[in-house]
Amino acid sequence: MNVPTMASLFAEGKEPEVLFWVGCAGSFDDRAKKITKAFVKLLEKAGVSFAVLGTEESCSGDPAKRAGNEFLFQMQAVTNIEVMNGYGIKKVVTACPHCFNTLKNEYPGLGGNYEVMHHTQFLKQLLEEGRLTLQGGTFRGKRITFHDPCYLGRANNVYEAPRELIRKLDAELVEMKNCKQRGLCCGAGGAQMFKEAEKGDKEVNIERTEQALETQPEIIAAACPFCNTMMTDGVKNKEKEGAIAVMDIAELMSKAEDL
Amino acid sequence: MEYLPNILFAVLLIAGIGYFTRNVKKLRRNIMLGRDIDLSDNKPQRWKNMMRIALGQSKMVVRPIAGLMHIIVYLGFIIINIEVLEIIIDGLLGTHRVFAFMGGFYDFLIASFEILALLVIVAVVVFWLRRNALKLARFVKPEMKGWPKNDANWILYIELILMALFLTMNASDLQLQRMEVAHYTEAGSFPVSQWITPLFEGMSASTVVLIERSAWWLHIAGILFFLNYLYYSKHLHILLAFPNTYFGNLKPKGQFSNNDAVTKEVRLMMDPNADPFAAPAEDATPPDKFGASDVKDLKWVQLLSAYTCTECGRCTSECPANQTGKKLSPRKIMMDTRDRLEEVGRNMDKNKGTFVDDGKQLLDDYITREELWACTSCNACVEACPVSIDPLSIIMDMRQYLVMEQSAAPAELNAMMGNIENNGAPWPFNQMDRLNWASETA
Ligand code: SF4
Ligand code: SF4
Repeated sequence: MNVPTMASLFAEGKEPEVLFWVGCAGSFDDRAKKITKAFVKLLEKAGVSFAVLGTEESCSGDPAKRAGNEFLFQMQAVTNIEVMNGYGIKKVVTACPHCFNTLKNEYPGLGGNYEVMHHTQFLKQLLEEGRLTLQGGTFRGKRITFHDPCYLGRANNVYEAPRELIRKLDAELVEMKNCKQRGLCCGAGGAQMFKEAEKGDKEVNIERTEQALETQPEIIAAACPFCNTMMTDGVKNKEKEGAIAVMDIAELMSKAEDL
Repeated sequence: MEYLPNILFAVLLIAGIGYFTRNVKKLRRNIMLGRDIDLSDNKPQRWKNMMRIALGQSKMVVRPIAGLMHIIVYLGFIIINIEVLEIIIDGLLGTHRVFAFMGGFYDFLIASFEILALLVIVAVVVFWLRRNALKLARFVKPEMKGWPKNDANWILYIELILMALFLTMNASDLQLQRMEVAHYTEAGSFPVSQWITPLFEGMSASTVVLIERSAWWLHIAGILFFLNYLYYSKHLHILLAFPNTYFGNLKPKGQFSNNDAVTKEVRLMMDPNADPFAAPAEDATPPDKFGASDVKDLKWVQLLSAYTCTECGRCTSECPANQTGKKLSPRKIMMDTRDRLEEVGRNMDKNKGTFVDDGKQLLDDYITREELWACTSCNACVEACPVSIDPLSIIMDMRQYLVMEQSAAPAELNAMMGNIENNGAPWPFNQMDRLNWASETA
């Protein structure tokens, strides 16, 4: 896969349309890397000129901030902003709602002002502009339920873009009893991803998976690498991994396009 | 002697309002103990939010049954209070039904008050059943034991009594009007209380007057009592919902504020030209305490919210941590904050207005670390709150204190943060491998 970096484009005197912010999960987590690749394939198909920061990218600082380490967060933010401003970045797209939220909302106060889009918003725009087309075939009539990531939904009021894309696949979108504004968390946010849960009588991801299973889906669609992990674990816990797939919206689209 | 009732009434009124004013002052002082935050921006949007959320109750109807009944009680409460204006004038001047000159419109007003009073009674009974017979999950959580539960019931009893007194007053008045007793001129229309009037038939005029006067006095005394009960109750929200929704957060919910004190330090560290031995700049106040361990470290708007909380538990019932049996309950976060703030306030009252260290704080003595670390920062509580309270902001401020002042994060989080510091990722991967995915097949 040939993925241009900002450094290499800069050396050639070129400026991409958009920076693809990959994020830590998208870079290192085996499951999330598949989402990253699926999204890159879609970008290539649509002929979008993009680049990544590659080794110049560093953690956005979201988990540090949510864990209470404001100092570490701001160090990360300021370092990243310095790199991005150095390249004159104007537009950023990312497949991680946590990076999306942090870059969009918390970087401006520290000198990083960019137009930041979540990949579902960006893909929807590509479809609307006719730069990307979708054949419905693969998922026609399939029951797909969508799990709202907290940091995309409630945190930033993006509910429609991912749903729009699922409908464009000609799939049957079935909603869970808790969706959109009242969507239940997968359990990973606020740095919970990196620690054991406190004592309780259930894991949050199991509760959410049960809600998803109530809709009798063939696919649980996610739009966040962390939600993806949590829901995948939940489905495995219920021994349903043979029947139900947990897939990112970008993966659904790239599969529909046979990429 | 003729003016005795008027004087008595004036004394009652002044005492009632005087004590209330004293409590409002205390409330203000306590809220102002919080850290400063400038919320004077965006006035039009703030007014709109207040109109929509507090006056229009837009968040209440998310749960349609409770929402509808709450609107009835709320409207009843506000509208019936127009009647209080008349009662106050009558009480001070010794008149009777001073607004009666409005004729047909007066009849209409009284009739609507009566119908509302009846609806309020129905709603109050249903509310009571929901709390005490159906025992809805959100009303029986651990933090609701004792006073919070009694408080909620007391409010319902007081409302019931006030409405009953109002209707009794009208019913006996109607009887006196029918008996053409002097002073009781024909006025008003009584679609509800006319059904109570038959109870008074056959009684002597003086007995009915006694009943009417007793109901009248108890009603106004009850209202003044209720006014002063507010400060000690979750019912304070009927007043504070307005400022709290006005000052509510306007930014996206995912945007947590950046700590400016930290920004200063970070800038200094990042700037290679900064002279570490340079004389401190003018605004170089000694570094604030990072985050919050007690109520005074919170912002005033968070303290206002603590007093505003209705203890409805909508936040807690949407909380993923609480739903899965963890100790965290966002409602408890707000109730603890209020309880501690009240404790600090009482401490100041006792010590001539200055706080004398009592060896306690919000952290540990009220809110445990276990609760704080169970939060997923999902914002479900913030979304659910009908009066724009943000319990999550308090949780985050307290985590900030734990990590930055005490280095007391759970070990796994320390490992995660160590990784970010050293490799720029929460996992132990090398930053130089960040693009490896592009060349990996499969
Ligand atoms: S933000 Fe925290 S306290 Fe609020 S609902 Fe989510 S997990 Fe519970
Ligand atoms: S914080 Fe809001 S939602 Fe939670 S109990 Fe208080 S008023 Fe209800």
